[in-house]
Amino acid sequence: MSRHAEAGRKGREARSDCHVTIEPTESGGINLEVTSRVDYLYADAIRSLVLDALDRLEVTDARVTVEDQGAVPFVMLARVETAVRRAWPGRPFPECLPETDPAGTVPTARDRWRRSRLYLPGNEPKYLLNAHIHGADAVILDLEDAVPPAERDAALLLVRNALHALSFGDCERMVRVNRLPQGLDDIPPLVRAHVQVLLLPKCEDPEQVRAAAALVETTRAEAGVKAQVYLMPILESPRGMLQALEIAEASPLTAALTWGLEDYLREIGGRRTPDGEETLWARSQVVNAARAAGVQPIDTVYADIENLDGLREHTRRARDFGFEGKGCIHPRQVPVVNEVFIPQPAEVAEACAIIEAFEAARREGRSVVAIGRRMIDAPVVNRAGRIVELARRAGLLPDEGGTR
Amino acid sequence: MKSAEDARRFAFVQNAAGRFVPTEVNGRTETPYQGVHAHRPTGRKAAPPIPNLADYPARDSKLFPDLHTALEHCGLRDGMALSTHHHFRDGDLLGNQLLDTCAEMGVRDLRWFPSASFPCHAPVIRHLESGVVHHIEGSLNGPLGDFCSRGRMRGLGVLRSHGGRAQAIQDGEIHIDIAVIAAPTADPFGNANGVHGPTACGNLGYALPDAMYADKVIVVTDNLVPFPALPIQIPGHYADCVVVQEQIGDPAKILSGTTELTRSPDRLYIARLVAEFIRDTGIMKDGFSFQGGAGGISLAFTIFLGEMMKQAGVTASWIHGGTNKYLVRMLEEGLCRALVDGQAFDLDAVGSISRNRNHVSTSPLISYNYHAKGNFLGNLDVAVLGATEVDLDWNANVVTHSDGRLLHGIGGWQNCMLAGCTVLAVPSFRDRTPVIVDRVTSLCAPGELVDVVVTERGIAINPRREDLRKAVRASRLPVRELADIKSDVERLCGRPAPHPVLDNVVAVVKWVDGTVLDSVRQIPG
Repeated sequence: MSRHAEAGRKGREARSDCHVTIEPTESGGINLEVTSRVDYLYADAIRSLVLDALDRLEVTDARVTVEDQGAVPFVMLARVETAVRRAWPGRPFPECLPETDPAGTVPTARDRWRRSRLYLPGNEPKYLLNAHIHGADAVILDLEDAVPPAERDAALLLVRNALHALSFGDCERMVRVNRLPQGLDDIPPLVRAHVQVLLLPKCEDPEQVRAAAALVETTRAEAGVKAQVYLMPILESPRGMLQALEIAEASPLTAALTWGLEDYLREIGGRRTPDGEETLWARSQVVNAARAAGVQPIDTVYADIENLDGLREHTRRARDFGFEGKGCIHPRQVPVVNEVFIPQPAEVAEACAIIEAFEAARREGRSVVAIGRRMIDAPVVNRAGRIVELARRAGLLPDEGGTR
Repeated sequence: MKSAEDARRFAFVQNAAGRFVPTEVNGRTETPYQGVHAHRPTGRKAAPPIPNLADYPARDSKLFPDLHTALEHCGLRDGMALSTHHHFRDGDLLGNQLLDTCAEMGVRDLRWFPSASFPCHAPVIRHLESGVVHHIEGSLNGPLGDFCSRGRMRGLGVLRSHGGRAQAIQDGEIHIDIAVIAAPTADPFGNANGVHGPTACGNLGYALPDAMYADKVIVVTDNLVPFPALPIQIPGHYADCVVVQEQIGDPAKILSGTTELTRSPDRLYIARLVAEFIRDTGIMKDGFSFQGGAGGISLAFTIFLGEMMKQAGVTASWIHGGTNKYLVRMLEEGLCRALVDGQAFDLDAVGSISRNRNHVSTSPLISYNYHAKGNFLGNLDVAVLGATEVDLDWNANVVTHSDGRLLHGIGGWQNCMLAGCTVLAVPSFRDRTPVIVDRVTSLCAPGELVDVVVTERGIAINPRREDLRKAVRASRLPVRELADIKSDVERLCGRPAPHPVLDNVVAVVKWVDGTVLDSVRQIPG
């Protein structure tokens, strides 16, 4: 079973993307036609990349065209693979991966700071290339709402390739998969590509989290992926909200719990008001469930990208409510969110005192750390360490001579 | 079509930058580039013929019914050099009107010497093809750039900076037979300004050297007012003829587009890095000065810098630039003492010139001229510029795309290289085309003058500027080596293959002192 197939986008406005068509043939080998706006620099490179990819995908006979608007190799590989998979639906194919970024990934931790996480549409190459420069604590490559349903297969391959080819700098590497159970298909290739956090949208049942966690762990074992992969369920419905605690504590892989305002509000039949009373219970529910389960409560996004003052106000309220971070849908929102979640001077002073007490105890060989009569345990010390680090990054404390 | 013989006729020498350049351009003997400050010509400046009051006796005697009669009066004939100016940018109508009139009058082989050409001048291709215009000396972009790049123009394109154009006129390197000056407001004596009228554009500084040095000067206006037209930006005693045309520019295109703040998050990020660099190096201190720009990163950096100045309580002594509402606001808020205006980019700037005595117009003849007793750049602390390419020797290109096609004019870009600190603010690649390359396609600025390259992948500081490297050592800026940024980009984009250009030279790039810095070669197709 084979058929004519296409992938990617056409036209000059499809910047950094390319369009690939495949017409399977009975015989005659590969007939490749390439047009590219960068052919004067990469004509030969493009031809050999496409021919090599077809070879790796074991395609022997086809007419193939590539119309390129400056797609970098990992993007072009994803588009070729997408077109091939669409041309032979149901046939198993090996993954056709790009070269891995030698910079590697910055290790993450379950309780890493997640003040700002920047959503990027998973099928837009031009947004992926420089996603890491905007100072967000995490990037979320989105396979769900930001991608038209017919393009989700393409987005998965593009995001998978981006995770291989790009280190994303200091940003934690998150992907929002499709709603489960469809989203289960997304998980293995992403785990092999060293995703660090998987966001599970429209979570309504702790079983969903357990299924995702089990798949993560078996994939890690099979592929020999050493680094831990964490989960962040998103509550977006009344049913999910009512199960918040069970969902939050369903798996030890869960690092954070968040919620989605738009879908939730629609489902309860509510309307947005200036003081946000309609979501008071939901926000309380998320914060309390997360805290009870020992995971980070993270707030939803703020939709009006023009209104930075509104965002600042909204973020302050979220911080005071107990949330530790907020989603961003545009790079300009990132500095505002980061700034609000910078620790307050009193917090910084307290954290410094805790670290000092800890250091003193260590020097003196004591196993018990205390400030006055207050006992300090390890999680508190860790948290204080992170506050101190954040304060340094924000310039509130002098550097220790170390680098970022 | 230029023949192979034409191409072979040039004798080439290797100049001080290692580039092969012709020793003769459009019939003139040329000096190859000698080094940044090495060329020291002697002799005297050019001078127009001595006029006589007896030839201009009566009130209104300079008024002519149309361009045709005025050109006739000025003795238009085959082979003359005619100049126009780009105060109306892509809204200019006069350039085409002038050359259309010349075509009707049956003259041939003219040399058109615009201060810059724009896509609106595409109809000039017709006159190049028919032989009315022999060649263009002035910036070539859009359709005209393509025409020249493909080797279809007789004669060579000559690309000069704004300051270099004024220098060439002043030194007699190019002789203008007839200068045609579009004036938003003029009186019958020929006094002209750009402040009033339906095509108000603020400043007429580009036309000043032409007015002073051309043999004949025609002032064309669509807003004739009684003597004296005030303020007097181009004095009428330079004018031979005054012509009233119904429309000389399209106001909608004169002041549009360029003051829009970029929405590209990547460009905004680069602009913010530039501002932080200027702050953290200590260049941003009381009394400092900078070049403000229009459009893209240079506009955005101005806004970020303004915010940082406010926060730190720092004021600038003066800002040079294409001016716009943001710079006007800085002047009005007291963030700078003076705005020195080469070109106004919006109505706020035009209005400010006419009402604020600390907002003054200048001409490249005065602010940018290298053959002068100093120029404004000697007083400028920092300039932020774009580029199409920069190489590992810090050489930079602004006139051609990486495929060799003529893309931009040089503008004030080369002139600003002589500021205290020159920053190129560029993305590290554009749609897989790397900006940091092994060797720039066209050399427009020698590497010793490029101090800093700011990209979204980090800030690189020229090793010649140990002072700047030291100044930011304790900062949080992402300072990296240029070669490291380049290899990052090549890892992502792939290493580009050397691309084909033909041997045939189609244009030359001049340095600010009139020497030939590089040759631009024909591209295939």
